[in-house]
Amino acid sequence: MPPAGARVLMKGNEAIAEAAIRAGCRAYFGYPITPQTELAEYMARHLPRAGGVFLQAESEVAAINMVYGAAGAGVRVMTSTSSPGFSLMLEGLSYLVGARLPCVVVNVMRGGPGLGNIAPAQSDYAVMTRAMGHGDSHGIVLAPATVQEAVDLVRLAFELAERYRLPVLLAADGLLGQMMEPVVLPDPVPPPPPPPWATTGGGRRRISSIYLQPEDLEAHVRDLVAVYEAIARTEAPAEAYRLDDAEVGVVAYGTAARIARAAVDRARDDGLRVGLLRPITLWPFPTAAFARPVARWLVVELSAGQMLDDVRLAVAGRAPVAWYGRAGGVVPTPVEVLAAIRRVLRAEGEVVA
Amino acid sequence: MEQVAGRPRVLLDVPMHYCPGCTHGIVHRLVAEVIDELDLRERTVGVASVGCSVFAYAYFDLDFQQAAHGRAPAVATGIKRVRPDLVVFTYQGDGDLAAIGTAEIVHAAARGERLTVIFVNNALYGMTGGQMAPTSPAGMRTTTTPEGRQARAHGYPLRMTEMLAGLDGVAYAARVAVTSVAGVVRAKKAIRAAFQAQLDDRGLGIVEVLSTCPVGWGLDPVDALRWCETQLIPVFPLGVFKDTASVDHAPARARRHPAPAPAGVRTRAP
Repeated sequence: MPPAGARVLMKGNEAIAEAAIRAGCRAYFGYPITPQTELAEYMARHLPRAGGVFLQAESEVAAINMVYGAAGAGVRVMTSTSSPGFSLMLEGLSYLVGARLPCVVVNVMRGGPGLGNIAPAQSDYAVMTRAMGHGDSHGIVLAPATVQEAVDLVRLAFELAERYRLPVLLAADGLLGQMMEPVVLPDPVPPPPPPPWATTGGGRRRISSIYLQPEDLEAHVRDLVAVYEAIARTEAPAEAYRLDDAEVGVVAYGTAARIARAAVDRARDDGLRVGLLRPITLWPFPTAAFARPVARWLVVELSAGQMLDDVRLAVAGRAPVAWYGRAGGVVPTPVEVLAAIRRVLRAEGEVVA
Repeated sequence: MEQVAGRPRVLLDVPMHYCPGCTHGIVHRLVAEVIDELDLRERTVGVASVGCSVFAYAYFDLDFQQAAHGRAPAVATGIKRVRPDLVVFTYQGDGDLAAIGTAEIVHAAARGERLTVIFVNNALYGMTGGQMAPTSPAGMRTTTTPEGRQARAHGYPLRMTEMLAGLDGVAYAARVAVTSVAGVVRAKKAIRAAFQAQLDDRGLGIVEVLSTCPVGWGLDPVDALRWCETQLIPVFPLGVFKDTASVDHAPARARRHPAPAPAGVRTRAP
């Protein structure tokens, strides 16, 4: 295990796993699926040495429910998966929300729908941000763009999960999971003691999402909504890059934001007034960051257009919103994105709102 | 003076929601008595499932987690793995354990999770109003088999406990019925053995309890007990299918071949 403070070269999936262990995660339940399997394998090698539990579940359905049990017992716990597996976890995630249990779920997204392929994609934006399973369920969705940011956000993810007693999702993709980048790992922190509500024996504590009386359930949902609103007020960061005088604001997250950033730099080299707005949380969406005098917005995504809806809501008709993306695991080049930027500057094509 | 009868310490003095004649209350009491007698209250966590026993947590003075339909063994695995000092049991019905949660119970058993599983089999879905269960016997009329269950169309009853007994990770597997005083006594003995398997760190213990559903079956409580004895027990024979605590008492042939016996080979009364 690399020493704290050292700059090391690590694969995204493995860096996320190491960061989780250093954040005090002491239980991992998961099921192999490309392109996130290295995360599980790293946990299998290293988590037991840190005094934690690694268990390969029989399915993603079982894995997320093991997470539920461990979270209910008061242990920092996580799982990781990729898109088809994430679909299977939605049931369990809804129960985790309903029972107010903290956990971290890493979704290293791939192309869909169905089995799709194993190439990098941002295909699960809607399913992660709109409703995390049935009911009025939401969890915080963090979207790192570099391996270093993924490392930093993993620790934040556990802290937010416990602060709000909700699942926190890390929205990665196959590129981020598979690429190697230099990272500085944080000092390890000890796992916190079990919270008082955890089922550690000897009490009459209840971990449950059942509220049979409609009025009781409505009160529970209202409590959740109050938590959602508190999160939206305080936990919706976005990075603004070369955006101050920008005529066109490109909106992209994760891997798409890296490509968009390169395209923005090339546009600036050509004297074009273009900047990048990069949401770091996808839910809550950083709506306030859109209150700036940008003449046109261009959403860039590795999907068929999912974040686009959130941008349109955030812009609220104040400026036209265009979209450019590739689906199916195709990763566009900065040249392609630059061409889209030029079309938007000319007010041609792709303008959808 | 020694108290010989009374409410178990961990069974709360609250009205139960179960229908008249339903045997869930008996099974709850037996579980509570065993937890009391083994002095496990301070380190026991129960996992309630989906079905009529969805509110089991309301009746025990214990820490409880409520699981999604069928997922109780996975939830229990999560608890037990991170807190091996705890005693963890699931309380599941036939729809939960034998239909939607088949994968979870089979793999918890295959891993030999140190869990105790109380499996209440009343041969239909009670909570949703009497639909066919995987354990409904042939010919049984339910709301989804109005002409009676037919093998060709609806399949055959699933004998989960025999199936699970064949897995190496299972330390104790028994089927009991709480339709008579003697049956209740045997059921308690089996439940105690299933907890003991966990306490001895031997593997998963499961007790299938043949139960009654007078309302779902359309019978009065007394007739329901008789129906269980005459219609269910022939399909789901009672007995201990596996008990690794008694392996020394097994026939000499079994000792020479210590590999796990196939399901149902060593059947004896509890």
